[in-house]
Amino acid sequence: MSAAFTGNFAIRTRRLCRRFGELIAINNLDLDVEKGSIYGFLGPNGCGKTTAIRMLTGLLKPSSGDVEVLGLNLPKDAGKLRLKMGYMTQKFSLYDDLTVKENLHFVANIYGLSGRPMKKRIEELLSIYGLNQKVVQLAGSMSGGQRQRLALAAATLHKPELLFLDEPTSAVDPENRREFWEQLFDLCDRGTSILVSTHYMDEAERCHKLAILEDGYKRADGTPDELMESMDAHVVEVEANNLRQLKQSLMVLPEVITAAQLGARLRVLISKKVIDPLIYLKQQNCIQPQNTILIVRPSLEDVFVTCTGTSRQ
Amino acid sequence: MKLVLLRIQAVFIKELIQLRRDKMTFGMVIMIPLVQLILFGYAINTNVRHIPVGVVDISQTAISRVLVQTISATQVVKFTHQYFSIEAAQAAIDKSEVRAVLIIPNDVDQRIVTHPSAGFGLPPASDEESSRPIAQWLVDGSDTMIAGAIKSLRYMPLAELFKKPANRYTPTFEVTLLYNPEQRSAVNIVPGLVGIILTMTMIMFTAGAIVREKERGNLEMLIATPVRSIELMLGKIIPYIFIGLLQVFIILGIGYTVFGVPINGGLGQLAGVTLLFISASLTLGLVISTIASTQLQSTQMTIFVLLPSILLSGFMFPYEGMPVAAQNIAEVLPATHFMRLIRGVVLRDVDSIEMAFDVYWLILFTIAGLTIASLRFRKNLE
Repeated sequence: MSAAFTGNFAIRTRRLCRRFGELIAINNLDLDVEKGSIYGFLGPNGCGKTTAIRMLTGLLKPSSGDVEVLGLNLPKDAGKLRLKMGYMTQKFSLYDDLTVKENLHFVANIYGLSGRPMKKRIEELLSIYGLNQKVVQLAGSMSGGQRQRLALAAATLHKPELLFLDEPTSAVDPENRREFWEQLFDLCDRGTSILVSTHYMDEAERCHKLAILEDGYKRADGTPDELMESMDAHVVEVEANNLRQLKQSLMVLPEVITAAQLGARLRVLISKKVIDPLIYLKQQNCIQPQNTILIVRPSLEDVFVTCTGTSRQ
Repeated sequence: MKLVLLRIQAVFIKELIQLRRDKMTFGMVIMIPLVQLILFGYAINTNVRHIPVGVVDISQTAISRVLVQTISATQVVKFTHQYFSIEAAQAAIDKSEVRAVLIIPNDVDQRIVTHPSAGFGLPPASDEESSRPIAQWLVDGSDTMIAGAIKSLRYMPLAELFKKPANRYTPTFEVTLLYNPEQRSAVNIVPGLVGIILTMTMIMFTAGAIVREKERGNLEMLIATPVRSIELMLGKIIPYIFIGLLQVFIILGIGYTVFGVPINGGLGQLAGVTLLFISASLTLGLVISTIASTQLQSTQMTIFVLLPSILLSGFMFPYEGMPVAAQNIAEVLPATHFMRLIRGVVLRDVDSIEMAFDVYWLILFTIAGLTIASLRFRKNLE
C-alpha cells in the first residue's frame, strides 16, 4: 500500500474482496473512514456487514484487496491492531455465568491491566455506563440494555482508538438505544473513531457518514444529507381513497421506482428521468383530479430503497 | 512474559469461577469416579460363580443324585431346574432359562466306577472303556467366560463320591501368583479405572469447555483481543489438571480403603505417570474442540475415543489376547500406555524409567496434540 494511505483516515480499503466458495460476500469495497467520526454500514441482513467488519478487525483474511486500519496493514499487522481497537460483536459475547465485575476483570487482565489501575478503570466504566448497582449480578440475568452497556464497557476498557460495533442495538428497546447513541457520541468526542453497522434507518441517520451495502456491493456512501440530496429520485406523497389499488397501478409504470403506503398517504419514488413529477403523475389515469399530490423531502429510507432496489426487481 | 502469565491467569480464574457455578459439571467431577468405582469394583468379576444350570437325570439313581450335589459343592454352577428330556433341556437353553444342562446317562453308575477320577486306581477294564466320560454338559457357548467356567469342570475329581481321600495329582507345573495371589478382580480393575475415568472426564471437559465458548459466541470476542491461542488453551487446561489429580486421589483412595488395592509404588511415580496421562488426554480434548462445532459433536467424538480406550487398552481384556491389528490401534491410544504404567506403579512398584517407551509415547502424544490444536485453533474463524 502506498504512502499516501496515511493521515486522517482510521480505515482505508481498496478493492477489498472476500469470497466464500462461490459466494462473493464483499465485492471491490473502497472505504475511507475519517478519524474521530462515526461511520455507519447500512444494509439488510446478509449484505456483508459482518464480513466487512471481520476483515477490518483482522479476524478474517481478505481474498484480495488492500486494507489499512490505524496505519496498520492487514492482515499482516492484525496482532498489533488488537491492542488499539475494540470490537463489540453482534451477539452478546461476554460470559453469561460471570458477574459484571468478573467479566470486566477478565477483559482487563487480557489487555494487560491489573492491580490498582485496573480497579480504577473498572470503577470509572461502571459509573459511566450506570452499572454500579449491578456489580455482582450475573451477566446472563441482566436486561438487553444492561448487557449492551456491559459489552460497550468491555470493548472500551483499554481505551481503543477505533471501535467496531456490529449491530449493537438489535436487542435493545428504543429508550436504551437513544441512551446508547449518546454514549457513542461521548466516546467520539473524546477522539475515538467508531464504525457501526445497523439496519435501522434512524441509527444510520445519526452517523457522520455511512455506506449503503447490498449483496456485498457498496451502493452509495457519504453523509446522510449528501445521500439524500444526490438521490436519483423524486419523492412524492399522494393522498387518495383506494391506496392499495393505486399502488398496484403506479408500480407497473417504468418511471416509478417504488410506492409504499404510510397511513393515509402513498409515498412514491419517481425516477429523476422525469423532469416534473407532479405533472407526470397528473397525466396518469389512476390519479383523480381531487387527489392531493405533494413533493416531500427525501428520507434515508428513500435513499436506501432507491440504491438497493435494482437487484430486488 | 509478565503479560503472557497475566493472560493465562485471567483465563484460568475465569474457568475456575465458571466451573464453581456449574454445579452439574462440578458434581460429575466427584460423582463419576465415585459411582463408577463402586459399580465396577463390585460388579466386574471375571471369576464366574453360581451359573444357573439344569439337569436331565436319565439314570435316576442314588449315585447320580450324589454326583449332582458334588458338582454343586464346587459353587461354579447352581442347579435350578430339572428336565425330563434332552429336547426340553435344549429348549430351556434356547430361552435362556439356564446357561447349561448336565445330562446324566442311564449307565452312569457303571461309568463312574470304571472312571479313573473316582479313585479306585486304574480299572481292570480296557482303556477304551475307562476313557468314557461319565456325563455330558450342554452349554450355551455364546458367552466365552461362562463356557470357560464350565469347561473347567471337565477334569474335576470324583473321589469324594466314595468318601475316599482325594486323588492328589502331582501338578506338572507349580504356579506362583505374584502381586495378586488371592486373584481378586478389583486389584486389576481399580488402577485401570483411573485410566478410563480420566480418559472420559479429561477429554470431555476440555473439548466441551472450548466448544462451549464457540457455541455461545465468546470466542469471537476472545479472538479480537490480544490473548493468544496457546495462552487460552493453557489457561483452560490447568484447572482440569487439578481436577484429574483429585479424581485419581478419590479412585485410588477408595480402592485402597474399600477394595484393599495395595499402592506399592511411590507417590511421586504415581503423580508423574498420572500427570503425563492427564496432559495427553487434555490435549486430545483440545484437538477435538478444534474439530467439533457443537457440544453434542464434541461428546460424540469423546465417545469415539472412549470406547476403544475401554475395550482395547487392556482395561477389560488382556492386550496380549488381541489380534495384531487391534494391538496396533491400542498402541495409538494414550490409555493403553497409561494402563501399563499405572498398573506397573501401583501393583508392582516399577520405576517408570523402566517403562520408558510408554512414558515417551505419552510425552510425544501431548506435544503433537498441543501443536495440532494450536495450529488448527488459529484458523477457526475462517
